Amino acid sequence: MNSTNQNTPLLEVRNLSKHFGAVRALNDFSMAVRPGEVVALAGDNGAGKTTLIKAISGVFQPTGGEILLRGQPVTFATPQEAREKGIETIYQDLALADNLSIGANIFLGREPMRKAFGFLPVLDRKAMAEAAKATMGRLDFHVSRLEAPVSNFSGGQRQAVAIGRAVYWDAQILIMDEPTAALGVPEQRKVISLIHQLKAQGRGVIFISHNLQDIFAVSDRIVVLRRGVQAGERKISETNHDEVVKLRVGG
Amino acid sequence: MTSTSPAQPAEKHVAPQADHGDPARSLVARIAEGRAWLFLAGLLICFEIWSRLAFGATFVLNPFNLQSIAIFAVAPLLLATGQTFVIISGGIDLSLGFIMGLAAVIAAHATNMAGAAIPLPLAMLAGILASVIVAGVPGIINGLLISRLKVPPFIGTLGMFGVARGAAFLLAGGTTVPVQNSWFALLGNGKFYGVPYLVLITAVFVIVMHYLLSQTRFGQHNYAIGANVQAARRAGIDIRGHILRLYVLSAMCAGLGGALYAARFTAGAAQAGEPLLLDSVAAVVIGGASLFGGSGTIFGTVAGALVIAVIQYGLVFVNVEPFWQFIAVGVVIIISVLIDQAQRRFSGARQDE
Repeated sequence: MNSTNQNTPLLEVRNLSKHFGAVRALNDFSMAVRPGEVVALAGDNGAGKTTLIKAISGVFQPTGGEILLRGQPVTFATPQEAREKGIETIYQDLALADNLSIGANIFLGREPMRKAFGFLPVLDRKAMAEAAKATMGRLDFHVSRLEAPVSNFSGGQRQAVAIGRAVYWDAQILIMDEPTAALGVPEQRKVISLIHQLKAQGRGVIFISHNLQDIFAVSDRIVVLRRGVQAGERKISETNHDEVVKLRVGG
Repeated sequence: MTSTSPAQPAEKHVAPQADHGDPARSLVARIAEGRAWLFLAGLLICFEIWSRLAFGATFVLNPFNLQSIAIFAVAPLLLATGQTFVIISGGIDLSLGFIMGLAAVIAAHATNMAGAAIPLPLAMLAGILASVIVAGVPGIINGLLISRLKVPPFIGTLGMFGVARGAAFLLAGGTTVPVQNSWFALLGNGKFYGVPYLVLITAVFVIVMHYLLSQTRFGQHNYAIGANVQAARRAGIDIRGHILRLYVLSAMCAGLGGALYAARFTAGAAQAGEPLLLDSVAAVVIGGASLFGGSGTIFGTVAGALVIAVIQYGLVFVNVEPFWQFIAVGVVIIISVLIDQAQRRFSGARQDE
């Protein structure tokens, strides 16, 4: 999937801080994501999870510290730049245009064109549909209705489309903010299985969730934030629910 | 769970796949989509029966009737094509009626002025060009207000409604401005094998606009913005630039409408488009667009405009008091929206209540 060796983290955050005036939303925070690794980010509301992902995805400029991609320091002026470097953020429910097909959503903003009658530029819907089918197939999601608007699909399927878009554009780091929060249990399982697929493809995933069950089902490591600082980092295989809860509330 | 081997998730593997089309649902959706054409067919049948019973004459097969209906539909349809784009994006353009009036006055003045210096056919083209370009100016202001200064479209274009109205009456000197140009009059009233030039021009224009909406990135982004601005922005679409171009486009549609009005009546009048604004919104809604944005088509709008034209012309034809037109059009709008709501409820789930 990629040439990086297993020891260089795909993404590394070193001593990252973000201050809003006197408020230290994020302070001296460090973490790393390796290829094929799922890192869960846990913490109560206001612990700094959102600030962290916004700093990584280019929405905020950090006050201090650095972000390294495959060992190279990077800065992002806009979310667009982060995306071009392969960091894709998947938001819970804001990611898709409901009235467009899967293909149109994958290609939104970068639609392929073809020439009709040899001169007239038109949208290449066929190419979009084929790419959609192939991409969704890689996620083990087999659609027959490629022309149907995504509003016809269930929550989990829509989440899969958002992930499919990231995969098609070859995102190496996927930041998923509460991807299971709005879903029913069977749908949550589907999303978890999608994350397994991403992991198998050697991508790095930062997985934010309140749901410890999901975190333990899919993550390799868990990083707990409390009031803007790292409260602890554990391998999932070496911890349990109780310990994570204690880390979160500071017991 | 620390292994990176692909196919062994903790739980039983569940493929995210439950992709069943429901035939009943898609039938309802299809009916709702084509409802404007169904209305149109129903109306034509009603008027045909009515006309035969009342006068023993055909309504639909009379070419004069068809021509009149087509001519009737031209001006509201031109406004409605621009309005379709705006409504799909989730906005509305209330200034179109008076932008059309302004354009009609400009077309009359410019054609007359140019006619003094250059040959008449060129003067006609100069007049049309001038009116479409001048119409773009209020469009630019609308677009800047809405995209840069975050003025809600309803308010921004309502303000422009007043400004364009005043400007049009000032330029017209409070009266209508007659055009002295035989070519211009021919354009407005001549025919090509029985089809009025106005109808031909509008048909070509409508096809171009259909192409723009359904086959280009501009059109695709328009749908995306109407459905989910956040998603469109995240996808890297230049929302501000798009909105600006959108309102210029709709204003220029009204500009063409004004120019053709001036050709048809060989005069420019500031109030040319006054009654047409709401007809244009009605045509778009009957045509299947949602005022919440994100859906609608140009051909739907064509059907919507024809429905209104058939009601207006047909009721006159069968000798009903003209005030019934308003009631009939109003009822059609309401039924159309009810069908839309029912279809949303039926197709379920993802629409916000």
